[in-house]
Amino acid sequence: MIGWFRRVWETDPRKDPNSVVYIALGLFALLFPIIANVLSGGNPNFLLSVAGDAGVYLLLTLGLNVVVGMAGLLDLGYAAFFAIGAYTFAFIASDHLQVTPLHTSLHVPFWIVLIVALFVAASFGVILGAPTLRLRGDYLAIVTLGFGEIVPRVFRNASVWTSGVNGISALDTPELPVWIRGPWSGDPFGFVQNFKIFDPLAYYVIMVFLLVICVVLVRNLQHSRMGRAWAAIREDEVAAAAMGVNTVQAKLLAFAIGAAFSGFAGTFYGAKLSLVSPENFGFSVSITVLVMVVLGGMGNIPGVMAGSLLVYYVIFILLPQLPDNATSLANAIGLSGLTQSSGDWPGIGEMAARLKFLVFGLILVVVMLVRPQGLIPSRERQQELTKGTRDDTIIEDVQAETG
Amino acid sequence: MTVTAAPAATDGVVLRLNHVTKRFGGLVAVNDVSFDVRKGEVFALIGPNGAGKTTLFNGVTGLIPPTSGSVLFEGREIAGTKPFKVAELGIARTFQNIRLFEYMSALENILVGEHCRMHAKLWDSLFKLPRERREEKEVTERAMELLRFVGIDRWAHSYARNLPYGGQRRLEIARALATQPRLLLLDEPAAGFTPQEKVELMRLVGKILASGVTVFLIEHDMKVVMGISKRIVVLDHGEMIAHGTPEEVRANPRVIEAYLGKQQHG
Repeated sequence: MIGWFRRVWETDPRKDPNSVVYIALGLFALLFPIIANVLSGGNPNFLLSVAGDAGVYLLLTLGLNVVVGMAGLLDLGYAAFFAIGAYTFAFIASDHLQVTPLHTSLHVPFWIVLIVALFVAASFGVILGAPTLRLRGDYLAIVTLGFGEIVPRVFRNASVWTSGVNGISALDTPELPVWIRGPWSGDPFGFVQNFKIFDPLAYYVIMVFLLVICVVLVRNLQHSRMGRAWAAIREDEVAAAAMGVNTVQAKLLAFAIGAAFSGFAGTFYGAKLSLVSPENFGFSVSITVLVMVVLGGMGNIPGVMAGSLLVYYVIFILLPQLPDNATSLANAIGLSGLTQSSGDWPGIGEMAARLKFLVFGLILVVVMLVRPQGLIPSRERQQELTKGTRDDTIIEDVQAETG
Repeated sequence: MTVTAAPAATDGVVLRLNHVTKRFGGLVAVNDVSFDVRKGEVFALIGPNGAGKTTLFNGVTGLIPPTSGSVLFEGREIAGTKPFKVAELGIARTFQNIRLFEYMSALENILVGEHCRMHAKLWDSLFKLPRERREEKEVTERAMELLRFVGIDRWAHSYARNLPYGGQRRLEIARALATQPRLLLLDEPAAGFTPQEKVELMRLVGKILASGVTVFLIEHDMKVVMGISKRIVVLDHGEMIAHGTPEEVRANPRVIEAYLGKQQHG
């Protein structure tokens, strides 16, 4: 068992860990409400809500993986599309348009906005992509970085339309045409019509559904005509063009699909928070998602999902709790003197709070040193990094001879 | 222009170059070159290093469009056409320094070649509609057939970069054939081959020709060139210095001076 795990962990080219990871992620998603219930002693709402937010990042990661991992286009302004999705929901599903020069408000149902936001964000992906996708590598990264800075700034400064820094609040509560209730919410089995979503469990269930659909779709795409064209462009753009791949169109499509995911995630995020503000879509969001993709294993869907969950856990759970944990650890091992501030020493809790981003940086550095190819890399990425240093070639060739 | 050239296509001219010139700044890489490639022949382009042979190929396939002159493919002007369009029209090529998709399997490399002949739209792929599944199955079968055709099917699932050198050259040819071309451009297909491999390559070129594809190749090895091509064009410093059958070219004093002569001293 340990030997098997070791081989998979070391990414033996003959073993594909993906199915194992899919099963593990699926089981985890199914069991999480129960785990949350047990961990929190019967009050799982906070944990479920956190899981819903983690799901938003999972969606973002899946989308950016199409752009960066599959097509090899470095996008540093991904949060812009996230903002566009969230603001789309805010505009057409709240009273906000009343206070804009339009003076009428729209209340489009949540699940329709999901589709609308998807197309709006995809259109912006095309608008940004069309003039810039001629650029390669670093140059494209700088242009997308600029776009990522511009979009939140526009939302902040166009205050007549967006209420500026205050953002837009009191967004519509998502409503679904039908919902199933049952013992989990303390009701008898039955269908509910026009179900308003307040319950974190409902958000969680919807998010899991969305994620399953998205994973299936992206997976289909990766193993299709277009997925291969993206891989070819990533490998050698000139050769891909000479083989009849319309590289501009393929790259635009990758960009648009990535943006669509981001718009999707943005809508969900806005609906759940019932508030959008330009501060929520800064550069740090783009970078966080990029870190999730790279750390998880670029181009490999279960890999980036694992990366997303890990980074989310570190940033949003581990680091905020660091000061408290450090304090209680100091107390537990009899060093309670450390918890008090004295002279230059601010007390261990405060110290941990000051150092938490150092800790985050160290975690990233260590993970990338130990797993430069990502947690669960695609087989391609694995090979690229071990070029000529391992006996993969021989394994492959033996396989070819015997298989 | 296409109208006047259209009758020429019926004479069996697949590719016609008219006064093609390519300048890089002050350097004239290809200077006023004109010739025809006829349907069903093996046409060879030879010349010493730096003669402009690959530049001419790049001009035909749209990677680096010519500065002036016209390139007619089956009577249709293609100078300045985008590379992917050229491939769609029916011209495929290989590269002098192999440019495979290294981290894709041999099979996937060929499937990329099939890309421009496939019809699956985004929705078909997203939802794996029956149409898409059927097409995937068909192209995979066709790709396996091509791997067998060039004799590397046992490496179908290996990464392209893990194939032996000769296998990589063959895979590149198979990938080009996957685009279902009527004209195949081979850029030094025998470079680095042993005499035995060269013989096998000549046999493969014969098979490709028999399947109805016209072959236009650049080659250094005079034995290979003389052995398989009907007609030859010789470039030197971007100028066309000779044009004709292997016997005529071999007897041409300018060729002996510029190319064969140089080789004897070298």
